[in-house]
Amino acid sequence: MSAISHAPSTDSPGTPPRDEPPPAHPRRNPLSGLRRANPLGASGGLLWLVIVLVPVYWVVVTSLRTREGFFDANPLSVPSHPTLENYRQVLDNDFTHYLLNSTLVTVGATLLTVVVSFLAAYAIVRGTTRALRWAFSVFLLGLAIPLQATIIPVYYLIAKAQMYDTLGAIVLPSAAFAIPLTVIILVNFLRDIPDELYESMRADGAGHWRMLWSLALPLSRPALITVVIYDALNVWNGFLFPLILTQSPDKRTLPLFVWSFQGEFTINVPAILAAVVLSTLPILVLYVLGRRQLIGGLTAGFGK
Amino acid sequence: MALPALVLFALFALVPMAIVIYLSFTRWDGLGSPAWAGADNWREALTSDVTRHALWLTVKLMVFSWIVQTPISLLLGVFVAGKQRYRALFAVFYFVPLLISTAAIAVIFKNLLDPNFGLGAALKLPVLGQDWLGDPQLAFYAVVFVIAWQFVPFHTLLYQAGARQIPASLYEAASIDGAGRLAQFWHITLPQLRYTIVTSSTLMVVGSLTYFDLVFVLTGGGPGYATRILPLDMYITGFQSNEMGLASAISVVLVVAGLVVSLALVRFSGFSRMRSQQAGM
Repeated sequence: MSAISHAPSTDSPGTPPRDEPPPAHPRRNPLSGLRRANPLGASGGLLWLVIVLVPVYWVVVTSLRTREGFFDANPLSVPSHPTLENYRQVLDNDFTHYLLNSTLVTVGATLLTVVVSFLAAYAIVRGTTRALRWAFSVFLLGLAIPLQATIIPVYYLIAKAQMYDTLGAIVLPSAAFAIPLTVIILVNFLRDIPDELYESMRADGAGHWRMLWSLALPLSRPALITVVIYDALNVWNGFLFPLILTQSPDKRTLPLFVWSFQGEFTINVPAILAAVVLSTLPILVLYVLGRRQLIGGLTAGFGK
Repeated sequence: MALPALVLFALFALVPMAIVIYLSFTRWDGLGSPAWAGADNWREALTSDVTRHALWLTVKLMVFSWIVQTPISLLLGVFVAGKQRYRALFAVFYFVPLLISTAAIAVIFKNLLDPNFGLGAALKLPVLGQDWLGDPQLAFYAVVFVIAWQFVPFHTLLYQAGARQIPASLYEAASIDGAGRLAQFWHITLPQLRYTIVTSSTLMVVGSLTYFDLVFVLTGGGPGYATRILPLDMYITGFQSNEMGLASAISVVLVVAGLVVSLALVRFSGFSRMRSQQAGM
């Protein structure tokens, strides 16, 4: 299942790429067809790198400018008098409260999604009844439902359930909409666990819950990491549910905070961008710490 | 054991589909009780120029997003699937937009594309310094670009993972036969990536029905109606004009569009066949 595993490297030593000095230890490349220098690819790759990084760089340097500096300076120059004043202003606007809300919502929804999806995936893979096959089709079909299209009835239900303007109002639908893809990824993974393992456990007298807990769960770790990362990222960055299902400022999550902050501080661009940086920082820190798992996790789910 | 997931999913995705159909036949301001209105909303939705334009824009956005993002992410993905160190470094930075929330990305580009204080104006580059978000002709393409900026990294990852699964022996055989890079790309890489292309395209196309938040924050649907795609039309009708019944009818159109597109993709490309392909590997 892991998309990172690839064919064993079998290439013979070839001409070193022209656009970089030959490395001391030639790195082996399984894609021998791509071994030679690829100036066109490299310049295209570089161009996209510039397109990605210039806005990011601009956000960071601008967030360090004074308001006057923003109008005067060349937008890409390093600020002559960098200031953290914008960041202080964002933190003064209850930033930590929104951070806490986002964390609670993300942890709650991700946990709920992954637990119920894992149970469902296990049942679908191990079960034999027609109802379970039908359930899997429901989840497959569920992928096609645009979340926006159900927002009015979800709003109606949440209002009826007296949950409007609570964090739970964000958690439940966010979890519900993450379920189909999570189940599908987990099902695809659980299918690869050989039957013999279950059989030998059954021979030892283990029931379904034992097999689920001490066989399927530990073996699914890579897939679980994938779905946890993917779901958490989506909930963390979710916008529509918090926008429609909450109202009071103290129930806001970070994306809504960024949005309302820019509405309020339209003319103070450096402060707005400081809010953008601060709202991205937590996930950026996680990215730096767990980059391999993050990228591996995200690709493994769709790799094949 | 499948029950909790089914119940939760049904409660917030399947039951709402039934409710939204019911609501589309009512008049409701979002606060009081819905009152039966017969086919009024449907008559209005199907004859309204605004909604028809929104539907057209949604289709256009779907097509343009696919045309712009697929070649870029395919080429980038294949490129970074190589193993030289600089490619790995590229891949690290390509990933960054995925971490930024859609709302934040929209806020960034709203300021970056500002005709007076944005990047283009300040760098005195007339090409970049146009009123991207204020000009009805340009705003749509600005939206397409920002969406690409946000989502190309994700699809690049998919293609990178796909390209790494291609057996090296195929390329070696082709090299011995004297096939050049282009021939190898055309005859090996592309056919081998067909399932990745299907996966990526499906996510892209269905995803383009959900670009609500980006457009909402970036342009609010404007200028005029230039970027008022269907989900946005639904939101404005329902939650700003308080015509929930009419907005529900628009929602139903959106669901139907999503289902039609997904089913067409499944039929056309065999998303279901992918499962058996995975089982075989």
